[in-house]
Amino acid sequence: MVEQEGFRRYVAHIILWIGIAIVAFPVYVAFVASTQDNALIANGQMSLLPGGHFFEVYYQTIFVGTSGTTREPVGNMMLNSLVMALMVAVGKIAISIISAYAIVYFRFPLRMPIFWLIFITLMLPVEVRIYPTYKIVADLHMLDSYAGLSLPLIASATATLLFRQFFMTVPDELLEASRIDGAGPLRFFWDTLLPLSRTNMAALFVILFILGWNQYLWPLLITTRDDMQTIQIGIRKMMTTNDALTEWPIVMATAVLAMLPPVFVVVAMQKLFVRGLVETEK
Amino acid sequence: MQKQPIFRSKLLPYALVAPQLAIVLIFFYWPALQAVIQSFLLQDAFGLSTSFVWFENYVELFSEPAYFETIVRTFFFSFAIAASSLSVALLLAVMADKPLRGGAIYRTLLIWPYAVAPPVVGVLWVFMLHPSLGVLSRYLRAAGIEWNPLLDGDQAATLVILAAAWKQISYNFLFFLAGLAAIPKSVLEAAAIDGARPMRRFWTVTFPLLSPTIFFLLVVNIVYAFFDTFGIIDTMTRGGPGKSTETLVYKVYNDGLIGGNLGSSAAQSVILMIMVIVLTGIQFRFVERKVTY
Repeated sequence: MVEQEGFRRYVAHIILWIGIAIVAFPVYVAFVASTQDNALIANGQMSLLPGGHFFEVYYQTIFVGTSGTTREPVGNMMLNSLVMALMVAVGKIAISIISAYAIVYFRFPLRMPIFWLIFITLMLPVEVRIYPTYKIVADLHMLDSYAGLSLPLIASATATLLFRQFFMTVPDELLEASRIDGAGPLRFFWDTLLPLSRTNMAALFVILFILGWNQYLWPLLITTRDDMQTIQIGIRKMMTTNDALTEWPIVMATAVLAMLPPVFVVVAMQKLFVRGLVETEK
Repeated sequence: MQKQPIFRSKLLPYALVAPQLAIVLIFFYWPALQAVIQSFLLQDAFGLSTSFVWFENYVELFSEPAYFETIVRTFFFSFAIAASSLSVALLLAVMADKPLRGGAIYRTLLIWPYAVAPPVVGVLWVFMLHPSLGVLSRYLRAAGIEWNPLLDGDQAATLVILAAAWKQISYNFLFFLAGLAAIPKSVLEAAAIDGARPMRRFWTVTFPLLSPTIFFLLVVNIVYAFFDTFGIIDTMTRGGPGKSTETLVYKVYNDGLIGGNLGSSAAQSVILMIMVIVLTGIQFRFVERKVTY
């Protein structure tokens, strides 16, 4: 494998940079647009270099909101998205790890039926049962609430399966040792199993946080109040059907702000992210 | 699937599974059951009375040519998105798999779009290719193309496919990289010693060994195109112009919310459920086979 190595590497570098450019270009355009004057953009005269309105646009976006459509500060929407993403991630990890613990470490009647009941939920995303779920959430008076936003998204088995898989690889000797020390089931879980699961929990957290932050269809249905909408919903409401009224710099600033937290998580915690992604897909 | 030394406790295991079980029953099984029941019911226009109509909602659905068109369109979108995104990602992964200077940086710069939410993807692309103010539309017009995805259905469909494929590149890239890393270098070296040139090595050794990854990604991409494109379509075209970008999920949403036709919407949900179960089944069978390879 030595033939023309130098030349081939050169080509590889070029292709990769073209790939990066394709991937980055739409985001660059959004950032540039968020620093320019709306009149310029609306005329189709947008420049491909950043303008001078950065602070002004982002200040208005985060603290004031659009002047025409939703009038909700994007800072508040980001807070809603954050609460929802954290509830989905933490909630799912918490309920999954204890149910996986019960399924692996206990023998009780109905163990297998319960396992299957949970397992089957893997198959159906929330999109296919959207209206009945909406009705139930409405009946439970959970519209426009954080619980309504996050609970239906917690109802799935990925995390349970992951923890089950992991617990199966934990050596039995650990359990015996802690038993000899006189530890009961809760003590063993808390002192031994939980610390061992830390990396798995972190990897899962990264994936679930991104998933929660990026939810769209579900929040679109169940939030009616402007102060409860997430940033993804806010973006859509800012894009009016009449293009002339759309405040593009603010829309684009919101798009940039909506991307920042999850992209930051991916880049900063790359190892955990890759691990979580590969493991949840298995 | 169970440990040998186990705990014996009567109530504790139930207490531990109770939270998850409760959530799954309330927010998963109950609504799924409701969807199935609802699909056999017909509500009058004022929502005053409902009657049990057996399969009438389904029959009506399948006698509508529009529903068939939506199915065909959804599959077409899926394959177009999967094909374009997979080929670009494979090319990039093969390049990034080489021992290059700065390889880790390339990886970081290529994986982050995974984190961009579908509605944001829609906004980015619709802005770039907006007929009157998009920065790329100028060039298209200069090249003599009458670009107006707000009016032209085919152009709108192209736009949706491009945007959806763009987002999925990073995901496919990551899994291709993992697949390439798993190919033993000795096999490639053997082929090189036998005199196979790089292109030939790729098609006769690397590509066949990657086929499990490709098949896995194909299924994942189809499921992605079915469901996750909702956000892209909703911010870009809202299913229009006409119905040229309406997919199955978008139709469920549209018919149920805007059309108020809950019976038909539920029947469509049930059909979607069956499709997803079939796809997941295919994927599971395949994953099992990969394990015993």
